[in-house]
Amino acid sequence: MKVNQLSVFLENKSGRLADVTRVLAEAGINIRALSIADTIDYGLLRLIVNDPLAAKKALTEDGFTVALTEVLAIEVPDKPGGLASIIDIISKAGLNIEYMYAFVGSSGENAIVIFRIEETDDAIAALQAKGVRILTGEELHSL
Amino acid sequence: MYCWNKEAECIDRDKLRELQSERLVNSVRHAYTNSPFYRAKFDEVGLRPEDIRCIDDLPKIPFTCKTDFRDSYPFGMFAVPLDQVVRIHASSGTTGKSVVVGYTRNDIAMWAELMARTLGAGGVTVSDRVHNSYGYGLFTGGLGVHYGGEKIGAMVIPMSGGNSKRQVEVMQDFGSTALCCTPSYAVLLGETAREMGVDTSALPLRVAFLGAEPWTENMRVQIEETLHIDALDIYGLTEVIGPGVSYECMEKGGLHINEDHFIAEIIDPETGEQLPPGSKGELVFTSITKEALPLLRYRTRDITLLDDSPCSCGRTFIRMRRIAGRTDDMLIIRGVNVFPSQIENVLMTVEGTEPHYLIVVDREKGAMDSLEVWVEVSPELVSDEVRCLESLERKITAELQSALGLTLTVKLVEPKTIARSEGKAKRVMDRRDLYQ
Repeated sequence: MKVNQLSVFLENKSGRLADVTRVLAEAGINIRALSIADTIDYGLLRLIVNDPLAAKKALTEDGFTVALTEVLAIEVPDKPGGLASIIDIISKAGLNIEYMYAFVGSSGENAIVIFRIEETDDAIAALQAKGVRILTGEELHSL
Repeated sequence: MYCWNKEAECIDRDKLRELQSERLVNSVRHAYTNSPFYRAKFDEVGLRPEDIRCIDDLPKIPFTCKTDFRDSYPFGMFAVPLDQVVRIHASSGTTGKSVVVGYTRNDIAMWAELMARTLGAGGVTVSDRVHNSYGYGLFTGGLGVHYGGEKIGAMVIPMSGGNSKRQVEVMQDFGSTALCCTPSYAVLLGETAREMGVDTSALPLRVAFLGAEPWTENMRVQIEETLHIDALDIYGLTEVIGPGVSYECMEKGGLHINEDHFIAEIIDPETGEQLPPGSKGELVFTSITKEALPLLRYRTRDITLLDDSPCSCGRTFIRMRRIAGRTDDMLIIRGVNVFPSQIENVLMTVEGTEPHYLIVVDREKGAMDSLEVWVEVSPELVSDEVRCLESLERKITAELQSALGLTLTVKLVEPKTIARSEGKAKRVMDRRDLYQ
């Protein structure tokens, strides 16, 4: 149910993002989704890739600090109110969304959104009870 | 040329030597008899107090170091019963333990006399208004200057540090004539006055006594021009007594050492050998009148040279040059002593922090010294959430500030950002260029 996300610590200086994408390209890794959270001095680059472990290895060897975190890839109806319906379920379950971002590509009629929720297992239970589809890593990577 | 105590400050050199010998013998006897610390030190090398008969015997005495203060924290080096101690001061040591010093009533009187000489050398008299921006508290600067100013009979304005706008207002309203603070604070006050639109040439301020941190001739020119004053260098260290150890006269050609109370030597920091006047080396002080805490051959770690040529001001005391560096890694930031080891100790206690760090010290024009600590983010530390990193930054900042007693900025950096040289990381980047 859970998908591995890479978080890379980056100082805010020019060329660092380019270094990450270069390392991943050379390792034959495909980036599927990403988001950046930043402060004045540094940023956190969050990545969903086709092979998280190989990506982590390549980045670490190149001197980057990388953390692996489990996130949820959730199918969201690709129509007005689609995202609202999912967030409503999470909210009613009393769960807090730490952050979220869109996935490039879709699953049939549905969009895919990456969610980071502190209580991941509670979130899975609440969403599945409402029939929401959560993708596994394999499903995600095969899209 | 005005002199607070002409008899002492212009003493005949031969007479001074006699006086120093006599006082040294007494001081050694006092230290040996009344301080278990010195007794142990002498016994260890088989030295008896009667072996010290005159100033030429000085090199026989073992050195005292900063670590001795740490090892005998807090009062272990004192040579009088605590009932006779009327004041305590302290500054930071190499690790968590600070350097603690005590003063008897006589010590305080002697210190006030030396500070009166210091201020007197800049022409301060009963008619002056001494604006004292040195910090009051355990730091020796505030109360040291205060007692000297009062001894002269000047009007002392006990400002302490901080709130520069208010400082400038007080200068205007109270008519401060003599400023006492760190050189970088004097620069800041000049900058503040300019921002407030105050015409500094119209202020009654005419002289400043600047110390507690190293500075340069360039800064002197800058301060003198911005504030329209004479800026004099003063020197002292907590272990010896605080400010008042040596002071510049209006000739501005080095700092006269109060030799009737302290004997200065220059040694080779490697061999410990005494070097002749004019040689550059480590400055060593021996107190010859202190009661509560006699200090025998204290290694200051400051590098300078002694100039025994006559000064045209008429004072006969030998002059030391501006401090030209340190033999250890101590930094002086806004008057506060900082050792990289203190920072390392704090970082080690913060979970997950690799002991890879860099201390960056800077002094931008018109600003106070800034201290940044760059910490490399280890894999255990990194999170997918910015707030976790921010809270880590805050935690390190708070712990460092409380350990050092200094505001600072912590910056998280990528691993391997900090240069490694020959397996050992370079720990300090001092951009202030203080030792020219």
